[in-house]
Amino acid sequence: MRTTVRRWSLALSAAAVLMFPLASWAQLTTYDIDKRLDMESHIGNMTGHAKDGKADYRRYCVVCHGPLGDGNGESFPWVDPKPRDFQLGVFKCRSTPTGTLPTDEDLFDTIARGLDRSNMPQWSTFTKQQRADLVAWVKHFSPRWANEKPGTPIQIPAEPEVTPDRIRAGRDVFARVQCWKCHGVLGQANGPSAATLTDDLGRPIAPYNFTEGARPKCGETDRDIYRIFMTGLDGTPMPSYADNIKPDEAWDLVFYLRTLMSQHSKEKEMAKQLNLKPVDPNAPAGQQ
Amino acid sequence: MSMRMKSRRGQISSWVASVFILVLLVVSASPSANALPAFARKYGLRCSACHESWPMLNYFGQKFKDNGYQLMNDRDAPIWQNPGYWPVTFRMTPIWHRVSTGKVLVDTYSAGSSTPTGSAVQRITTSGFDLSGLDFHTGGTLEKNFSFYLLPSSDPTGAFHFESVFARLDNLFGSPWLNVKLGKFELDNLLSEKRILTLTGNGGIYQIYHFIPVGDGNIFGQMGDNQLGVEVMGHSWDDRTRYSAAILSSNDGTTQLPYGNAYTGFFTASQAFDTGRAGVQRIGGYAMIGEAPTTWLTSGGPSSYIAGSGIGNKSFSREGFFGQFYFGQHVDLQVVTQHGQDSAWFGQGYGDVIDGVSSVNNTTGTTLPAGSLAPTWNGVLFEPHYVYSPQLIFIGRYETIRMSQQSTPGTPSNLGNISTYTVGYRYNPFMTSRAGFAWHNEYNWLHQDGTGPTLGLTNPNVNTSEVLMGFDFDF
Repeated sequence: MRTTVRRWSLALSAAAVLMFPLASWAQLTTYDIDKRLDMESHIGNMTGHAKDGKADYRRYCVVCHGPLGDGNGESFPWVDPKPRDFQLGVFKCRSTPTGTLPTDEDLFDTIARGLDRSNMPQWSTFTKQQRADLVAWVKHFSPRWANEKPGTPIQIPAEPEVTPDRIRAGRDVFARVQCWKCHGVLGQANGPSAATLTDDLGRPIAPYNFTEGARPKCGETDRDIYRIFMTGLDGTPMPSYADNIKPDEAWDLVFYLRTLMSQHSKEKEMAKQLNLKPVDPNAPAGQQ
Repeated sequence: MSMRMKSRRGQISSWVASVFILVLLVVSASPSANALPAFARKYGLRCSACHESWPMLNYFGQKFKDNGYQLMNDRDAPIWQNPGYWPVTFRMTPIWHRVSTGKVLVDTYSAGSSTPTGSAVQRITTSGFDLSGLDFHTGGTLEKNFSFYLLPSSDPTGAFHFESVFARLDNLFGSPWLNVKLGKFELDNLLSEKRILTLTGNGGIYQIYHFIPVGDGNIFGQMGDNQLGVEVMGHSWDDRTRYSAAILSSNDGTTQLPYGNAYTGFFTASQAFDTGRAGVQRIGGYAMIGEAPTTWLTSGGPSSYIAGSGIGNKSFSREGFFGQFYFGQHVDLQVVTQHGQDSAWFGQGYGDVIDGVSSVNNTTGTTLPAGSLAPTWNGVLFEPHYVYSPQLIFIGRYETIRMSQQSTPGTPSNLGNISTYTVGYRYNPFMTSRAGFAWHNEYNWLHQDGTGPTLGLTNPNVNTSEVLMGFDFDF
């Protein structure tokens, strides 16, 4: 009996000792990340410090984005879209050209705005300083910020007056750059490619449904919509059209996209008066 | 010392060391740091996202509630949930507690007699294992911008009542400034008693939300009780600015119209301020202004009151300020003040005869005793918290209520005054989006002036204390 007790005692002690390296194994990656704990963010004249964002991250964000910022939190299996992997340093909502890092303000705004049709709430309850600290904390997960500078925000010309001609021209742009292939001719997210779309990590992803009434993920103002298709949503199949659409045409497209949305707008009224038809995918180029 | 004893001591030491190490490992390996798991499950968020410490809301949780239990991410409607999702949470609390009540009037007996021969005053202390009631929390959305809450709640014997039942129209006309709620609900107290962090009999409520002067017959001004009515509330998109106005039946949340046709209004407004790393500070005010009956029709005798026949409404009011002050991520202080006033009629014991609180009826020709005054009082509560982490919170509270005017001239000015202290902590060994569990420890001490039996004593004060520990869990 005594021998059995001693054997169990030894086994338990051995198990305890063996578990220590396992616990520290998870710390290896943390060690790499912790080297960037001095990361800062700069929002206006405010400076965010990564270390000061840690507690809020652990309280509010870790359940989805995970302790290592890799998007592998405990809710990962249940939420769709999946949480962002901050270690990759790739973000959808940016004011900067495709492929570049977002500005601190981009991340700052995203935290407060949230991401519609996802589990990312509007964290507008934070103080600005808390958000700035969280931006720095988010940045510290990715080595990209240690090696690269954010891109330069794209220039958005002043918004012109909306006219019937501009809405028609916007429809032509919608047809020419083939937005309908994913978003559908009526913006119902049912284009021929919609079912095949995947994000950069190979996960199925749905295009934005303009008719559903939901706010676009990266903002709902005209300037936000302009910015979305001119910068693209990195990590998703939505590319940047900065090389295909001229700035003036981009405003035309914004006005046409407004006609597809369920919310009341002057563009929608104008389209009604024009009896504007949806794009015809089979029409020859320039003959919509 | 024999070799045998040494060997045995060695084995015990080895076992203790092994168990200690394992416990240490289990504790340290627990997921980093509780909520209605029904909401947490729906949104994949941990309790700590909405609760400073469950069940007390933090600012984000308050905004979620103000939005009608919606994150406003266009995925709030049930249609977006897995059909197997059922928005129900059960909460119960097995406890051990020791309650010590001072100056209880007890009968005395002479030897061999079963008939009381006199009275004495003594302290009664009792302790043992116990249960709280069982709460079935169900809440959420019926559709986008249509929310509901249903809370059947039992006492420890299993007798159920409806603690909360309401439906709410959210964001009317697309604006967060207009939301309408109808049913039985908690008043818009930002320091919510239904979300209180303490569990003892006296510490588990906010005394200033329930204070009634000694001898007063008005039970209808209890801000801490859920009330039946309709509430209009609104808030800014970030919830910095909030207001609400509610019209309530003056029945203290009792169903089936047992009292009369009297109504109460409850109004509150607050503004929050961004103070950088200190956090968001909020200050605001509230007012509860109402009427309740003092005259009751009878049938078959002067004490056979007819339920629902109350007339002769008299007024009462409760008003005050509140503040939620944060000093960084770990320390905060919640403050509520109150000035209360009841009509002199209530002060003289008229009021709720249906429940036996009052035994006098304001019948035709009744007059108040000469010099009767409207009782008034002032109260304040301070509740500091030290939030070590979302999993561990230390709680303190001091409340005091002081009568500023007694209804009957000559009454000791301090009769009924209350002072109470509560300290405790809650530790959540784990924190997930699936269930909540807290190891709860608390001590409360309450002192009330002049309410003890006057057996050879002049206005004896009563001290009551309770120590409680238990498991508070929900799933």
